[in-house]
Amino acid sequence: MLKKILMASAFVLGSAAVAQAGCGIAGGNVSIVGNEFPAIHSVVAAASECAGDGVTVKSNLTADHRKINVAGMSSTPPEYTSAIIANSSIVELINEDVIRPLDDLVAQYGQELSSNQLITVNGKIMAVAFMANAQHLVYRQDVLEEAGVDVPTSYEEVLAAAEIIRDKGIMQFPVGGAYAAGWNLAQEFVNMYIGFGGEFYKPGTAQVSINNEQGVAALEMMKALSEYMNPDFLTHDSNATSAEWEAGNVAMMNMWGSRIGVLQDAEGSSEDVYSNTLVSGPLTVGGGERPATTLWWDGFTIAKNASDEDAAATFQALVHGISPEMLNETTMPQAVWLIEGYEPAPVNEGVFASVAAGAVPYPMLPYQALLHAALGDNIADFLQGNEDAVKTLSDIEAAYSAAAREKGFLN
Amino acid sequence: MKHKTFFWFVLPSSLAMLLFIAMPIVSVVIQSLYAAHEQVIVEVENCGPFGCTTSTSIDQEATEALRKAEPLGRFVGSEIYLNRGHLATADVAEAWRQSTGLADFMDRLLNLPFYGALAFTLTYTAVVTPFALLLGFVIALAVNTLPRLLRGPMIFFSLLPMIVTPLIGALILFWMIDARGILGSFLQYLAGDPDLSLKASTPLTWIMLIVYGIWSSAPFAFVVYYAGLQTVPQDTLESAMIDGASRFERIRYVVIPHLVPLTTFMVLIKIMDNFRIFEPIVSFNAEAHAQSLSFFIYSDLGGETRLLSSAAATSVLTIIGVSILLSPVVVRTWRDFGRK
Repeated sequence: MLKKILMASAFVLGSAAVAQAGCGIAGGNVSIVGNEFPAIHSVVAAASECAGDGVTVKSNLTADHRKINVAGMSSTPPEYTSAIIANSSIVELINEDVIRPLDDLVAQYGQELSSNQLITVNGKIMAVAFMANAQHLVYRQDVLEEAGVDVPTSYEEVLAAAEIIRDKGIMQFPVGGAYAAGWNLAQEFVNMYIGFGGEFYKPGTAQVSINNEQGVAALEMMKALSEYMNPDFLTHDSNATSAEWEAGNVAMMNMWGSRIGVLQDAEGSSEDVYSNTLVSGPLTVGGGERPATTLWWDGFTIAKNASDEDAAATFQALVHGISPEMLNETTMPQAVWLIEGYEPAPVNEGVFASVAAGAVPYPMLPYQALLHAALGDNIADFLQGNEDAVKTLSDIEAAYSAAAREKGFLN
Repeated sequence: MKHKTFFWFVLPSSLAMLLFIAMPIVSVVIQSLYAAHEQVIVEVENCGPFGCTTSTSIDQEATEALRKAEPLGRFVGSEIYLNRGHLATADVAEAWRQSTGLADFMDRLLNLPFYGALAFTLTYTAVVTPFALLLGFVIALAVNTLPRLLRGPMIFFSLLPMIVTPLIGALILFWMIDARGILGSFLQYLAGDPDLSLKASTPLTWIMLIVYGIWSSAPFAFVVYYAGLQTVPQDTLESAMIDGASRFERIRYVVIPHLVPLTTFMVLIKIMDNFRIFEPIVSFNAEAHAQSLSFFIYSDLGGETRLLSSAAATSVLTIIGVSILLSPVVVRTWRDFGRK
């Protein structure tokens, strides 16, 4: 009997969903690939409401999305009709020519979108952004108070505060950071190098030029910071660093805005840790004006090989996924949404502060990913003390040049 | 078996091998000789939520034409093999010219990614292969002397490291040896050094990976040796006992000679496996300290910009490396075979 009631109510609920379904879409297949964090889950969940009535919505959200999205969008018809990407990862989709311009779809179905959501490359709309992100300082109010230091605004102040915290015996390793060898470590170098005012390439070319004063200074600063980190820092990615934070072992770190919500909620940490977790703006370094951080957006793209019907269905479903209706109590603090009706919460202040402080977007250059990979492979050698900064920087330049030559960016 | 029957018997598996092993290798070799076209770069203006910036992008129309004309890319011959990411001939020559002595030269050589990875891979293979076999043999001997009732559960326990998915097994160990993990803290206590970290030191990371390698591959040796022990002729063993041979002498002069062919077989398999070491590096996040050729292939293919030619060249070098390592064993087996 109970089973029957359950089945009947499921049926009623199901038909209610069908009645609502469609989002006005004529029909087609929607298949989304993207990264995995709460904000993206919310967008895809909202887009999935359009399923039914000849519309299917599938999704594959994984941290490995960058490894599969190009291959999954290359075939005809493509496995994925849309990839959710950020300003670094869209470059590879453009390089491989697997995404389509969205101007016609925006004109037809995108009236709700505001102009600052439209990502244009050479005048053509290539993606629709729905959230902004940046790395900035997170600190433990109680620890800084106990140590008697102000909230740092520069990395030099972080070092000074860390020394005091250690001296007073409050924490042995008060600094945190996603310094895992690979992508994360490279990202920290990019931040630091930008903070010192460095330029990655010789102007107008793909020739790297980081073996300079700013490059050395950036590496030296990273090494100085790592002295105050858990000795395992080269294995700590953003997740592991967050776990260290929640365990109450860290007092200051540079962290992604999109991950602060997890640090401030009651799950996984004790009250004295999460209630004292506060955000501040991005840090400067070396007396520079430009903060040592980069700005990021996340958005969606549409596969070039998708049929017109599928492309239209995918576009409409995702526009529904990022419509103002998706904002509610749960989703509101998950990100800095670029959606109308978004109200900033204290958890998002760091990202706004980064924008206000004049941080620059992560470079969208076709060969930047190669440099990022070369940085991630080589910086660990310096932080372990195996070689000096100049040698590491020349190794990075050599590794980048070999890869760029293979990909035809250099000859 | 008649030749005709034999032909039809092996045809399906030969076809499968041709299709799934030989053809991919041929395609990988071809891929490694070609590189991407020279990119046609244009200056563009990118706009987004943070304003507009002048940037560059690939000219898709021009690139499309190039790709149509030469779908494989541009032929570069051995360039990829010789570049810095692989054999790095130019860099090795320069290191040789500039180095002040052999130690300095080795230092410079091991700084090059390919040779650094080779150093770790060869050390790993050379240590893990014999010790895993030895450990497996000892376990097999021990289990074989147990009363029948206990053997089943003991075999199961001994096989556990192999049953556990390698990634999971490595992850569990990775957490245990964390500076705040149970084994990590114990080692700190033993050494009396609260800053000791297995993951922060290159030699300790190597030892950890090697210990993990022995732990995870000993069960394979155990199973094969245990099966082999069941076939040791009892008559010979009994007559040895009557002749007054001790347990050690029986193992040395009867059991081990009987198991030599099995050992050769396992050495072949384990050398191949160990030379391609990959999962432990990923799950121990050990890439800062230890790299292998397989790991290079993984990072070439898993990067935001995929380096297909580089990955192909590394694959071919791996095949060559395995063949070189296996050649002594294969040659010996071939000679033994000819003698019979």
